[in-house]
Amino acid sequence: MLSALLVMAAIAIVLGAVLGFAAIKFHVEGNPLVDKIDAILPQTQCGQCGYPGCKPYATAIAAGEADINRCPPGGEEGIRKLADLLGVEFKPFGGDTLPKPKSVAFIDENLCIGCTLCIQACPVDAIAGAAKQMHTIIASECTGCELCVAPCPVNCISMVVIEEKITTWKWKYPVYALTPVK
Amino acid sequence: MRTLYQFHGGVHPPTNKAQSARAPIVPAPLPSKLVIPFHQHVGNMAKPLVKAGDRVLKGQLIGMPEDGVSSAVHASTSGTIASIGMEVVAHASGLPDLCATLIPDGKDEWAMHEGMDYRSAADADVRFALRLAGVVGLGGAVYPSDMKLRTGRHKIKSLVLNGAECEPYITCDDRLMRERAAEIIRGAEILRFALDAEEVLVGIEDNKPEAIAAMRQAAAASSDKIEVVAVPTIYPGGGAKQLIRVLTGIEIAAGVRSTEKGVQCFNVATALGIYRAIQFGEPLLSRIVTVTGNVRNAQNFEVLIGTPVNELVALADPLPDTNHYIMGGPMMGIPLPSAQVSVVKATNCIIAASDKLFPPAPPPMPCIRCTRCADACPADLQPQDLYWFAKAKEFGKAQEYHLFDCIECGACSYVCPSHIPLVQYYRFAKSEIWARESEKNAADKARERHEYREYRIEREKQEKADKLAAKEKAAQLAREQAAKPAQSASVPATTDASSEDAVQQKIQAAINHAKQQAASVKPKNIEQLTPRQQAEIAEIEARRAHIRELAQSHVDHPHVDHPKEAP
Amino acid sequence: MFFSPFISKQDTVSQIMLKVLLALVPGIALYVWYFGPAILVSITLASITALGTEALMLKLRDRPIAPFLKDNSALLTGWLLALSIPPLAPWWLIVVGTAFGIAIAKHLYGGLGNNPFNPAMIGYAVLIISFPVQMTHWLTPHGLGQVELGFIDQLGYMFAGVLPDSLRLDAITMSTPLDTLKTRLHLDEPIKQIFGLPIYGHLAGHGSEMVALGFLLGGLYLLAVRIISWHIPVAFLGTLFATASIFYLIDPAHYVAPLFHWFSGAAMLGAFFILTDPISSPTTHKGKLIFAAGAGLLTYLIRAFGGFPDGVAFATLLMNICVPLIDAYTQPKVFGRKDKADGKDGGQP
Repeated sequence: MLSALLVMAAIAIVLGAVLGFAAIKFHVEGNPLVDKIDAILPQTQCGQCGYPGCKPYATAIAAGEADINRCPPGGEEGIRKLADLLGVEFKPFGGDTLPKPKSVAFIDENLCIGCTLCIQACPVDAIAGAAKQMHTIIASECTGCELCVAPCPVNCISMVVIEEKITTWKWKYPVYALTPVK
Repeated sequence: MRTLYQFHGGVHPPTNKAQSARAPIVPAPLPSKLVIPFHQHVGNMAKPLVKAGDRVLKGQLIGMPEDGVSSAVHASTSGTIASIGMEVVAHASGLPDLCATLIPDGKDEWAMHEGMDYRSAADADVRFALRLAGVVGLGGAVYPSDMKLRTGRHKIKSLVLNGAECEPYITCDDRLMRERAAEIIRGAEILRFALDAEEVLVGIEDNKPEAIAAMRQAAAASSDKIEVVAVPTIYPGGGAKQLIRVLTGIEIAAGVRSTEKGVQCFNVATALGIYRAIQFGEPLLSRIVTVTGNVRNAQNFEVLIGTPVNELVALADPLPDTNHYIMGGPMMGIPLPSAQVSVVKATNCIIAASDKLFPPAPPPMPCIRCTRCADACPADLQPQDLYWFAKAKEFGKAQEYHLFDCIECGACSYVCPSHIPLVQYYRFAKSEIWARESEKNAADKARERHEYREYRIEREKQEKADKLAAKEKAAQLAREQAAKPAQSASVPATTDASSEDAVQQKIQAAINHAKQQAASVKPKNIEQLTPRQQAEIAEIEARRAHIRELAQSHVDHPHVDHPKEAP
Repeated sequence: MFFSPFISKQDTVSQIMLKVLLALVPGIALYVWYFGPAILVSITLASITALGTEALMLKLRDRPIAPFLKDNSALLTGWLLALSIPPLAPWWLIVVGTAFGIAIAKHLYGGLGNNPFNPAMIGYAVLIISFPVQMTHWLTPHGLGQVELGFIDQLGYMFAGVLPDSLRLDAITMSTPLDTLKTRLHLDEPIKQIFGLPIYGHLAGHGSEMVALGFLLGGLYLLAVRIISWHIPVAFLGTLFATASIFYLIDPAHYVAPLFHWFSGAAMLGAFFILTDPISSPTTHKGKLIFAAGAGLLTYLIRAFGGFPDGVAFATLLMNICVPLIDAYTQPKVFGRKDKADGKDGGQP
């Protein structure tokens, strides 16, 4: 009886020591979960999730403060990935947050007055221009976050949906009916 | 006798080559119009150099190669550019792409062109000449030939000319080798010289004895060491990687340049195009196209690039039950979205198809892991596993199992007893992985820009605060020096406020101005327009739309094309 | 819209399965010759049960019924099970085994193409564990028994459980040659004396050795038409032979000759028809060799040292478990990546 207890205790001590050593040896700096979540988020920095950017939202998810279905630009695919990563159930988008087709901002250069308000709003510096000079969107950098649309005093910014082109076209998932064709 | 090597797998589909191989190549008559896409090659689209209404000469450059992997586009005959716009092109997507529509004037008047002496020219000049001549791989991969001549520091031992033509139905290379062997060999000499290759091997499948004989005769007349090798007939023995393996024993993995292994491979038709381009300065304006399948007169035509498929097929007299067309062979070809699309540099064959000729496959059954696909795979892959991963969208796993080594030859789908569209699953998985990769890159870039912006704002704030503090300090100092009671503290604040007001006023004024402008551009006097005026307005509107479109086209993420070998 | 390739071979799953069924015919014919037509009844019964269960499960799973019934895979499962159990088995034994194999081992795992275990062998395992007594009532081959049951009497026993008056079950049944061997070896009888019993023929059991020969013939046909590859039969029979040889050479008094193992029990059936089931066997060539060699070794160990007279079924099931692992570790080198230097990952898009 006593020997059994001793053996169990010894095993517990050894395993505990191994675990403790591993915790020190393989310690990871920072919070890797936030970075992992951030890597899944689309980096539009649009704030539609209610947080001031993708990183803050990732931090909130990691802390368990935010739901995983608050990111419309990430689409359902994004929710699925987050659910996978965090080991939680998939949640569909709720009410007002719905994904939209991918688009970029477009400035009507006939109307732009060069007020720079949109430049200040752009989270990724995708608008070129200077005070009293016409502004233009650097389309390849635009994430489609729409943050520039509201501040424009002359409503010259519109969102243009990105259409599928030959260069961005994707092969579709093969779908075939299992029932024989009569 | 040269020792030949084998590659794993392969299939023997019925060749169906006899129908079109009998008759000699016939030049196709000038079509009513030519629709010439600016993006016929792997890499970046050529930049249009002409506009609607321009008169162009045969061989005139109308699309300038962009930087990197790109190639030129030319007017195939003399005539007038009717329009530059989006037209449906020969692509599996069925989407439109930028094309020049050329109405021929029937004169077929050549632009000025002259050949060069490649032996005395610099390597770079030869490559540039090929680039400007728009010479690309004509076997189906349409990879710019000038890029393939960049060997870097690698020494080339073997130059392989691909005349295997393993796909069923296609005979354009066969006929070309029978009829123009001498010119192909001239092209091979140019390539050998440019690559400084030790030997030239011409691989031709042994089901084309006439082509082998003709090429042997032409090769014997050459001063270079050119060996014409009959290779066993097996699909996909004409894939560049497979042919290199058969002839040299060297295997080129996906993502590895064959030059790294001391081999380079060109299609025989490409060699001929290179010869014409270097010797005579003739750009690539036409190619040989096999028209076969559900037609009465299957044969090969020499066709101008841009010829509409329906005008070409009419020459071969299609049977009435033809319901669609395939570009390429039955194993790797693509269904054409419409018969109105034009022949491009990749068009080696047009098959008129009917349900009788290509009966739709029975509905797929589940995979029973019989591994017939694995036995047929020329890349030593396990197609049944790749299928499983692609179907479950486990793309990481698919990549781990070498999805990108798949050459999409279709041998697996061909043998599958469950009739699963395997290649379709691989194409889906590949394009999905590419899309995710580019999305991820875009997200990473956006993150970087966002983080930098935050850093910059922070820094500016800091700088401002520092400046303010310095100012304050200076003011303090001044006050102390003057030994006067502090009273100017509130002054900067008021000036700040007033200047802010001024800014607001200015903005307001500008807004009003813009609103007036916006109002002033409202169309007036539109009640009594002459048709001419209406046409002008329409044209202006079209131009505006075009500008918008151009602005929009920058939206695309830079696209990377992935050359795939076509047998 | 459809995409390339636009042509394909005419083979179908249903044809493949049909050819496998066809390959079983010589063995079945010899079975009938030596043991009487009862086996045909059990095969028919198993076929009906298999198709019925398949249809029911497809309906429950909301799958199209016709194309899957026509694929012949359920029939094959039924036939293999019927051939594995005693021919004079009561009807409910066949029904329970087949239904379990199809419903649980096949459809609960996702139906055709998704079952990790061979459904027929699962059915067999369930029967031998649940009804060990009924599973030992093997018919005495033609010419050996004192009494032989007529066809009608066989039917009577199978469906009503009654035997003609004055007949006891023992009179018409016997244990299998493998079983007899095991029991008698246990009693320290020398092998020579055991083989003197009338139930033994030239190589193995009288009659049953010929049936095994029939299955061998069918298997060679499957090899010839390339429905199976040589890897599994060769590795299985080779390992069985090699292991048996080692023990036979060490101690011929207690271990029988390797050929006896080949032609006894379900060895031939297993080598060509059961282990070669593509769905539950590995896909790589190397994997097939490992899988079948493992099954051969296990078969011998179970036969020589285990509690059951034959080991093919359990060896198959045990090796079925290992298939994903075997496949994962035997992936062949890809084109162009056969040298170490080229072995870098092909995952770059």
